Amino acid sequence: MPPTLAVRDLSIEYKARRGRVQAIRNVSFDVERGEAVALIGESGSGKTTLGLGIVQLLPGTAAITQGSIVYQRYAPPAPYTKPVAAQQVEVLKLQGGALRQFRWKECAMVFQSALNALNPVLRIADQFADTAKAHGYLQGKALQDRAQHLLELVRLDPARAWKSFPHELSGGMRQRVLIALGLLLEPQLLILDEPTTALDILTQRNIMDVLKDLRQKLSFSLIFISHDLSLAAELADRVATVYAGKVVEIADVHATFKEPTHPYTIGLINAVPTLKGAKEDLTSIPGSPPDLIELPSGCKFHPRCPLADQLCQEQEPELQAISAGHQAACWHWKLAGEALSRFKASENRA
Amino acid sequence: MKDIIRLDHVTRTFQVRRQTIKAVDDFSLTIHEGEIMCLVGESGCGKTTTGKMITGVLPVSAGTILYHGQDIAKLRGQGLRQYRLGVQMIHQDVYASLNPAHNISEIIASPLRRHGLTKGETGTQARVRELLQMVDMTPPDDFLDKYPHQLSGGQRQRVSVARALTVVPSFIVADEAVSMVDVSIRISLLNMMSKLKDAMGLSVLFITHDLALAKYFAWEGKIGVMYLGRLVELAAARQLVETPHHPYTQVLLSAIPEADPEVTRKKRTIQLRSMDIPSLLRLPSGCSFHPRCPRFLGEKCEKIVPELKTTFDGAAVACHAV
Repeated sequence: MPPTLAVRDLSIEYKARRGRVQAIRNVSFDVERGEAVALIGESGSGKTTLGLGIVQLLPGTAAITQGSIVYQRYAPPAPYTKPVAAQQVEVLKLQGGALRQFRWKECAMVFQSALNALNPVLRIADQFADTAKAHGYLQGKALQDRAQHLLELVRLDPARAWKSFPHELSGGMRQRVLIALGLLLEPQLLILDEPTTALDILTQRNIMDVLKDLRQKLSFSLIFISHDLSLAAELADRVATVYAGKVVEIADVHATFKEPTHPYTIGLINAVPTLKGAKEDLTSIPGSPPDLIELPSGCKFHPRCPLADQLCQEQEPELQAISAGHQAACWHWKLAGEALSRFKASENRA
Repeated sequence: MKDIIRLDHVTRTFQVRRQTIKAVDDFSLTIHEGEIMCLVGESGCGKTTTGKMITGVLPVSAGTILYHGQDIAKLRGQGLRQYRLGVQMIHQDVYASLNPAHNISEIIASPLRRHGLTKGETGTQARVRELLQMVDMTPPDDFLDKYPHQLSGGQRQRVSVARALTVVPSFIVADEAVSMVDVSIRISLLNMMSKLKDAMGLSVLFITHDLALAKYFAWEGKIGVMYLGRLVELAAARQLVETPHHPYTQVLLSAIPEADPEVTRKKRTIQLRSMDIPSLLRLPSGCSFHPRCPRFLGEKCEKIVPELKTTFDGAAVACHAV
């Protein structure tokens, strides 16, 4: 079965006064049908640019310089109402009406500043109606039933939320309204940019539970962008680590946390305090993320990497297979897990 | 150990559209010399207001705050000056807390000059370099002429710390000091702050919403959990995380995802009776957590505000069910 989304050799640049910002460099990855993929990395690593690139919503200063994005539409299963046939779409070739139909109906994105993403002068009901109208979806009572069903799925009181203005809802409630709105047109792919950032712990937990629940009840694929590793551990099927505009490691979620092989992934995992962890297990990554205009030579992580040598300074490693479904872009991946992983370290101590 | 800061039944109210909001309610806390105290809670629980009252930025509405045993509201002259210099704050937003028109050298030198803490311009410049070295910004000469916008978030926060240290404080309030900094460098910032704390004998009030971070930073210190303006539990950091007593603390800990798929997916979240956070304008009667509390006992919780009581293992808990 072809993947729902196949990104190949994608590069995205921004024009800036100082030069070209290489925000995404030669990125390839797949999102399988019904799968949840987490994109993790630090701020400025290019995660959001990648998300925006997929829905073709990049700002005017950005340009896709190479690559392709192929979206596979499947004939939807029973609870879905859309009468569509299976079809393959070259996203980067879409224009005008076809692109507008792809966005939201096929692939919806919930933006990072979710709290400001709703129109403040429209009731929630009208925001749903606007979206439905613009995309030629259900109207009137049928729309209301569908929307209220979704609001219920995201654990909101449909009657109350339907009539509310955005300012009458809390941050967590607005985030859930946006998730419901994102799913309104029955997309096969939902992109969430930092879905729980800036929310309180209990609200975060609620959003995570809602997302898990939705994935069970509706079969859509999910890409979520986050700097929070624990969110990835909780929700993702696969995790892609992004550094300096490149996917440097991609693996099943269990492999990512138990057998990471890229020193950056290992560094990130070792830098996150856990409730159970011992104090000595934590170390931070030295240095800071690179300037995307003047990137370092060779492997972009080499100035911060404890294993870097001559080869790393000279040549940039490409993603290579470590094991089934696990790829990493590191010259020294064989050493990295043993040398750096804190799980290995605590096993050795025990 | 001597106390450095003591809050005695402190209350702070705000007037909003002729209504009164109790941001901090009957809050008592003692912080000893050299101690790390973390305040943890959700937004709106009053943790930042508490920090601001301790630094004297906000006056208290009722109660007293004592600095080395003296009421800060009554300090005048030399005593007031000592308190103002002795208690410093590190802010959350590293993009807003440094003057963008001043270079790093000016930012750090101006408090030194203003308070006459160094001898002459050579002394000031030497001290600026020394302070930058203390916050691991080496070599300092690389940073002296830079402006805040030329630094990364982590470097800016280091400059903030260096600036707070110019006046040789004995107490630091760090309000979400690392929450805007990238995950990969948070730990190095915290380690730097711990090292300086030990070297200078500082006490720190660390305000955060992240319990795992609080446990790490306050390893030997204490964590206080706040809910709607009140302290609900106070215990040694590791003890609070490992054996929480208050139902709210237990709910919070059960809700935090862990960066380990096996652990986090097995974790059982304790369900609240209600997801809605009550408005500060209409605080519930009795224990303010009762409408959401999973261990709700009935009338007692609805009517009587629980006092903070010491449990068998030394934690202080405000709950009728414990």
